[in-house]
Order: sequence, then C-alpha cells, then structure tokens
Amino acid sequence: MSGRVLVGVKRVIDYAVKIRVKPDHSGVVTEGVKHSMNPFCEIAVEEAVKMKEKKLIKEVVAVSCGPQQVQETIRTALAMGADRGIHVEVSAKEYESLGPLQVSKILAALAKKEEAQLIILGKQAIDGDCNQTGQMTAALLDWPQGTFASEVTLEAGHVKVVREIDGGLETIKINTPAVLTADLRLNTPRYATLPNIMKAKKKKIANVKPADLGVELASKLQVLRVDEPPQREAGVKVESVDDLVGKLKEAGRI
Amino acid sequence: FPGRCVRALRRCPRLDPGALGVRPTARRWASSDAPKITTHYSIHPRDQDPRWEGTEMERFADQADVVVVGAGPAGLSAAIRLKQLALAEEREVRVCVVEKASQIGAHTLSGACLEPSALNELLPDWKERGAPLHTPVTEDIFSILTEKHRIPVPMLPGLPMNNHGNYIVRLGNLVRWLGEQAEELGVELYPGYAAAEVLFHEDGSVKGIATNDVGIAKDGSPKDTFERGMELHAQVTLFGEGCHGHLAKQLYRHFNLRQNCEPQTYAIGLKEVWVVRPEKWRPGRVEHSVGWPLNRNTYGGSFLYHLNEGEPLVALGFVVGLDYSNPYLSPFREFQRWKHHPFVAPTLEGGERIGYGARALNEGGVQSIPELTFPGGILIGCSPGFMNVPKIKGTHTAMKSGMLAAEAVFPRLAVLEEDSAPSAGLHVPEYAESLKASWVWKELHAVRNIRPSFHNYLGLYGGMVYTGIFYWILRGKEPWTLKHCGLDSDQLKPAKECTPIEYPRPDGKLSFDLLSSVALSGTNHEGDQPAHLTLRDDSVPVERNLAIYDGPEQRFCPAGVYEYVPTDDGAGMRLQINAQNCVHCKTCDIKDPSQNINWVVPEGSGGPAYNGM
Repeated sequence: MSGRVLVGVKRVIDYAVKIRVKPDHSGVVTEGVKHSMNPFCEIAVEEAVKMKEKKLIKEVVAVSCGPQQVQETIRTALAMGADRGIHVEVSAKEYESLGPLQVSKILAALAKKEEAQLIILGKQAIDGDCNQTGQMTAALLDWPQGTFASEVTLEAGHVKVVREIDGGLETIKINTPAVLTADLRLNTPRYATLPNIMKAKKKKIANVKPADLGVELASKLQVLRVDEPPQREAGVKVESVDDLVGKLKEAGRI
Repeated sequence: FPGRCVRALRRCPRLDPGALGVRPTARRWASSDAPKITTHYSIHPRDQDPRWEGTEMERFADQADVVVVGAGPAGLSAAIRLKQLALAEEREVRVCVVEKASQIGAHTLSGACLEPSALNELLPDWKERGAPLHTPVTEDIFSILTEKHRIPVPMLPGLPMNNHGNYIVRLGNLVRWLGEQAEELGVELYPGYAAAEVLFHEDGSVKGIATNDVGIAKDGSPKDTFERGMELHAQVTLFGEGCHGHLAKQLYRHFNLRQNCEPQTYAIGLKEVWVVRPEKWRPGRVEHSVGWPLNRNTYGGSFLYHLNEGEPLVALGFVVGLDYSNPYLSPFREFQRWKHHPFVAPTLEGGERIGYGARALNEGGVQSIPELTFPGGILIGCSPGFMNVPKIKGTHTAMKSGMLAAEAVFPRLAVLEEDSAPSAGLHVPEYAESLKASWVWKELHAVRNIRPSFHNYLGLYGGMVYTGIFYWILRGKEPWTLKHCGLDSDQLKPAKECTPIEYPRPDGKLSFDLLSSVALSGTNHEGDQPAHLTLRDDSVPVERNLAIYDGPEQRFCPAGVYEYVPTDDGAGMRLQINAQNCVHCKTCDIKDPSQNINWVVPEGSGGPAYNGM
C-alpha cells in the first residue's frame, strides 16, 4: 500500500459570523467575510497527521477545490502537519455552483492518480451541511466507507471504525483503500502555530485543473433563490385549556 | 514651543482614592469569600503552579530585521515604507508583522472620513492600485441636537470638522488593501498571531516579541494541545497596537515613558453599518451632531456617513468621552436612543442593520503623547495617540507616524550576517524628532486646546465658543496649553451621588438590545481558555466597583462581558466575565474606577470579525 492519505479541506464562512443574504437573493455575502477551515475538516487533518506520527502511513496530502483564497486553507493544513497540498483551481463563478457530486468526482480522480490508501474528509461542511461528499466519493471509487467516525484504528489491509449513529455507537471493519468521514468526537485538532505556518510556506502546493482530471464541473442543479428563515413570530399566552383548544381549532390544527 | 500650562477653566472633579478605601496594589491574602475569577498566568505565574511542572516551556525563535506589532494603518504603512526604502537601495530587509485578528482588517473599526494626505505620500498611485476610496465627501452637515429639534451649524471652511477633499471609507477594507500592498512588497504578514509578551536583551533593551501560547484551559492548566508561542527577534520593534495597547501599557511602566506628559484621555466609539432604503441614500453626505442625548457636560457626539460603493450603505455611530462622571451612563444605550431622534430616524427607517462594533479612541492630543522611542522599540499610530480630536481623524496621522518610523529606522539597520544576532535593540530617537518637525505635530498643536476647553461650566457650549474664537480665528496660535482633567478612570462619582438614567427600551427596528448587537460583530473566542480580562484582585469588583459605583462595567462595556449576578447561595453578588463576547475595545481597562481590570491579549484569531468597519 502506498501509505498515502488524501485529506479534503474546505474553506467556509467562520461559524461565529452572522450570515447575510445577498440583496439579489442569489446566495450569501462572502466578500470580506471571515472564513476559516471547516471544523470537521480540521478534525480530518488531525486524524491523518496522528496516523503519520504513529508511523502507520507515510504521507498526508491536503486537497482543496476553489478559487485562489483556498490556498490559505491548504497552508493551514500544511501547518498542522500535512506534507504537501493540491489546489484544484475552480474559478469564483464556477465555485458558486460547485457541489458534492463534482467534488466527489475530483477527489475520486485524485485518489486514483495519487494511489491513495485512505481518503479522510469531514462528515459535512458547515455551509452546505450536505453530508454527501464522503459517501459519493466512496461510491464512485467503489471503496468501502466509514462515515461519522468517532474512533479509527488502522491495521494491515483494513480499518476498524467506530461510527456515531442514532442508536449509539457502531463498530465496523472495512478493507482499505477506504473513505472515512470525521465526526466531532474523533479528536481535538492541534493549533497551527506560527513556526509551523512559516515552515508550511516551504511545502509545495500543486495546482491542478478539473479538466486535467477529466472532470466536468457543470452542475445539473440550479439555485433559484436564497432567503433568510422567517422571523420567529411572538407566541400567544392563553389562560385556560379551553382557550388553548379554541385557538387550535381556529388555526385549523384540530 | 513650550507654552505655559494653564489649569482648565474649572476645577475638574478629583476623587481621592484614599478617601474611598485602599486602592489595591497587591493581591489580598486569602479572601476566601471572593470567588476565584482570574486564572490567567499574568496574574498567577506558571513557574509557581504545580500543574505546569515538567511542561516544556522553551520557545522557537526567529530573527527578523524589523517586527511590527499590529497590522493597522500605522503598522502597515511602516512595513510598506520599509520595503519601499529597501527596494530603492537594493537591500534585503526582513519585515514581519504580527496581528491578533484572524484576517487583516477584522479588528479595524473607525468612522471613517479619511484625509488622503498620508496615503498620497505613501502610495501616490493608490487609485490605479485599486484602493477602496470610492466616496468623496460631497456634503458636510453639523447639528446641535435637542430632544426634538436640530440647530444647524454652518461648516465654514477652516473649521476643524470641514471635510472638503476627504473620502468616506470603510477602514477595514482600506487596511485589508494595505495588507495586500504590503504582501506584494514582500512583507511577512501573520494574522491570527497575537504579540503577547515583550522580550528583552540582557542590557534591558527590547529584543522583540513572543506570540501567544495556545492550549491553556479555562482554569489555567495546560491542555493536550498546549504549545508555546514563538519568539520573533528584531533589531527594532514597532508597536502599533492601536488605542490603549496592552504591550504599550507595560512599556510605559517599564521605560517610564509617561513621566513628562499628561495621562491619555479617551472616548468610546460605537458603530453600526446599515443598508438603508434607496430613497434615503445620499452618497457622499457626512453628518455630525453634538448635544442630545448627552448633557452639556458629557463630551461626545454622533456621525453618520453615506457610502457610495454600490449598495445604499450608511455608516453611523456615537462617541462618548470616557471622562464622564455618572456611573449609570451607558454609551451603548445613548447610541441606541440617539437613533430615534427625528433628524436621524428617517434615514434608518425601513433599513437593515448589518454590522455592529465598538472601539476606544484617543482624545488626549499633543498633551498626552509619551516618549516615543526607547532602546529597541518605537511607538506608532493610535497607540501613543496622534488623533486630531475635533476633526475626529487619526488615520492620516497614524499612517504618517508609521512612515516616519520606517524612514528613521531604515538607515540604522545593520546587515545581519548568517547566524549572528544583535545583542542590543536599536534606539532611534530620530523618529521622535522627525515627527515633531512634521505636519502631524503642527496639526495636533493647532487643535491642542479644543478638547480641554470643554472642561468648563458651560461644557459643550463653552468648548464650541472656544473653538470658534481661538481655533477658527487664531488657528491655535494662542500661547497657552490647557490641561486635561487627569485619568478618565478617576472621573466617576459614587453612584449614590448620581441619578440613574431612564433609557427607553429598544424597539427592535431602529434600536436594539446589547446581545443581538454583539452577535453582529461576529466576535468569538476559544471558550476553553483563561479569561483575558484579568483582575489584579478578584475581590475588588464586588467590594468596590459594585458597592460604590453600582458596577459601571456592566454599562460601559459595549459587548456585555461584565455581569453582576447573584451568587449560588443568593446571599450576595459576584462578577461574571463573559470573555467570549469581548470585542477588544479596551474601554474596561481605561474606565475601571479601581484600575483593577488588565486587558491582555487572548489566543490569536479570537475577537471580532468586522467586515469593512
């Protein structure tokens, strides 16, 4: 096995920032807004770097798709311990319609090219909340998937994954190569400290175009309109149960 | 020239700290009723803390030629100028800028009406380079407000508030653009890393700075993710932390830089950005007001600027001098109620608020400027404080001070050999001399008496009369220099001598509550870290601030950091510090009547996420 792990990282609007819908309702305002690495992607990077520190794998490659600014996010991954980066160049216009299906196709193509043993992604991005990319990538590659991972143990030829599911925890054993998606409790990501940021400037980031990977970026989905959720209306206090029943009947609920 | 210093026209209220109880200078012994609030290592040193035994405390160090603390207008102008000089002489000069905000401009907040003088000197082709100066000032309106009416004041040319030739800018965007210019020139910018400690050579000169440690838990113990900050050594360090910087505070004490100047005086500026209805939008219009809702003895006023950047955006805000005496005053609530004035409300009706923030600003002018240089270091920008108060402009002077610092430092930089490091920091007093010979000093000197002239019985009106006579006619050439009233923190009267102010409830359309405002600033910090609002003595808030002044920090903090809540047993009150809300305005460090709060820098990247404020 190549001992190479591909980690996908996404640059998203910082979770503490208040989102504003664009005046033309085509999306949200991103210009000048604080962005950072998707928190689940940080956990994915941390898991990969931990594996390398335990000498279970040899190389961690950080990948991000998007315009020029995503290079900052790749640098953060490099500062956390990834060895090199791949920036898949997507223009700002195309980025607006870039979704999980296209990203999965890109990751699948890269995984084959890089002969990756594992792909580790965050379980979902906090902007789209799609929770699809990991699963789609595994399907395109016909690889097993260990999603919502809260514990990962890499052994020869397979991976033991403890998954967080509705009923509790499920432990599965899947063969490598495989796709894993990181859930919140998998680890606590390390800080990207300044000496590591400085060292990361010397690590390589390769530029790749989706066309070079044979991937078509056109999306079959079209966003019609983006709106803020409706303001929560004030409630009404009632004096008695009869009042309550009366109001429910009025509203046609019973 | 020296000028005779004259007491201000009325004796300023002075509180004798002795009369009100011992001012805490050292921590009290075992005040076991006082709950432990502060866990930061600056109050509880780690070398005496058993939880830190065996932790590796060595730091990685790197050598630069110049380190700049703070990527604001002053710091970036200095960095750019240094690289311009290096390029012209074909020299390699390594300039590193550290900035606590996660991205350049995220902690920048200002009105702002920019006088482009310094920018014209620094980057004369700023227009071709795409500097975000899109809104020339077209209309200048000044009003004195009463509760229901407005008295217009003509903006005659020559009055300090006249804005002909200036631009309304979103300073955060201009700072971001300056950052891009700096990076193009090869400046190393490190946003997300705060300068937490000043480092010294053996001879006592400044060696550089160390960035913040990470991975310390809320209780002060090391976490698994603990890592030491990094040391950046420099031949000389430029400190551009902005108004009331925390490292500057230490440097004043360490090098005794304030022995020959007056204490700095401050104001708090709160700001919002609104999208207004297109029919209310007047791009290029600048509005200022004084008067209501403040009384004539509380310095302050408002601004409202119509930007011209595509969307009908308006930047508005309220400034309150921090020498106010009523502990019941809440600058935030004054700001909120001002928006309901019949002259202001129509502009905002039907609009949407999209940004909020606050920052302290300097009001001391030339009387409060400290020694600017010391071995190994230089103070630039709003940190020492070059704001022209009546003009309410400090960006152009901050930028010029950064440029002059670069020009003074550059010829003194030695060419460092591989692996050799200086054993002493450079002392560059030429910077202070060139500043005193520049237009910055001339400008500040001319307006030096306007702010102190407000300390008279007629308050605001006396000040305006003084400005009208001495500034407009005599251009500040009067031979005397008025003094300020002392420290802002000494000006509060005990609560029992003052009347609580009845503020109207926010209506949710024009005025808003504090917490939803703070949410709009985008501020956040890693929760599991020691609170960076440190108290020298944990028992002082309840025993002094609450007991005598009714806890003014609950009211002057624009982010809801300080709350007095009942103790678990219901018997008394305790101070709760919501450090995560902090917007880094520094008002608490300035106005705390006990001077017990010491603001230190939290983990880098924390703080507000201002976007073009």
